[in-house]
Amino acid sequence: MKLKLISGILLLIIVFAVSCQSDKQVEFNRYYSGGSAIYQAHCENCHGAKGEGLQALIPPLTDSIYLKNNKASLSCYIKKGLKGKIIIHEREFEGEMPVDDLAPIEIAKVLTYVTNSFGNKMGTIDLQRVQADLEKCR
Amino acid sequence: MRKLLPGIILLIFLSACAPKQAALPILGNREPITKTVDGKTVTDTAYATIPDFKFVNQYADTITAKNLNGKIYVADFFFTTCPSICPVMHRNMLNVYKEFKDDDNFRIISHTIDPKYDTIPVLKRYADKMGITGNSWWLLHGNKGDTYNIAKSYLQTVQEKNPAGQFIHDGFFILIDKQKRIRGTYEGTDPKEVEKLIADIKILKAEPEQAASK
Repeated sequence: MKLKLISGILLLIIVFAVSCQSDKQVEFNRYYSGGSAIYQAHCENCHGAKGEGLQALIPPLTDSIYLKNNKASLSCYIKKGLKGKIIIHEREFEGEMPVDDLAPIEIAKVLTYVTNSFGNKMGTIDLQRVQADLEKCR
Repeated sequence: MRKLLPGIILLIFLSACAPKQAALPILGNREPITKTVDGKTVTDTAYATIPDFKFVNQYADTITAKNLNGKIYVADFFFTTCPSICPVMHRNMLNVYKEFKDDDNFRIISHTIDPKYDTIPVLKRYADKMGITGNSWWLLHGNKGDTYNIAKSYLQTVQEKNPAGQFIHDGFFILIDKQKRIRGTYEGTDPKEVEKLIADIKILKAEPEQAASK
């Protein structure tokens, strides 16, 4: 009897804990977990499972400062590809990232994943933000 | 001492039972050869071997099968602008390179299947960016037909273009012994398979036949 009571209370606490997650947190989790699958399918081959890149050929995704400074351009980099010299972790990279024609929602998810993995912590990059950024693509 | 004895005996038994390192198989087509030796008919097996070839490496040196005489080597097929599996393959191959780069009896050869774009300077730049130095990993440039033909002898399929305009190729690493026979194929995109490749190279190097042949 006692056991039932205790487990009942425990269950209640868990339910509360889950439902108490703020909407923001729920949204973030949705974006992040979806982004992880998209990352595996579209990005991981080149950028690596830990975002480590490949030698001097493919830049790592671990430079939080670069990601912060270029936050508004990241959507375009995915949609339009990226060419020319960039500096990541004070190392120069010059190559070409091919175009990946993902839907805006997919871009939002994968960017949320990348910018909150590999030591980065930038919060949710949501669909509205991606759509606004995409309009400014050159 | 008395107390230790059973333990020692057990240890001896256990060490006697330790599994022997399995020998690597020999892959590819094989044909029986019947010869007459000293008046008796003997049947031997002829294994498929990698035929002679002529390619050019990233240093613009000509490389033929002779340059691989007396060497165990790993071969693969790639191209530098490959967006799909090549970066994974070479991220994994880098581990093989690091493990054996000081062994002059070991080589890695990577054939480009896009010789039009992957010219020798492009291959050299790729090697530099990958951090490949010295002669343990050659990136080979050659006539497209030659490359596609040699791929077949490595049991690989290479196609020029799929409908989307992309090259198609297998992502396998092929292990070749000093007799130019195929001793293993490994999925180059799978880190676990590549770990096995590294282990198998060590087993192969230790085979008496391999250790003896120059």
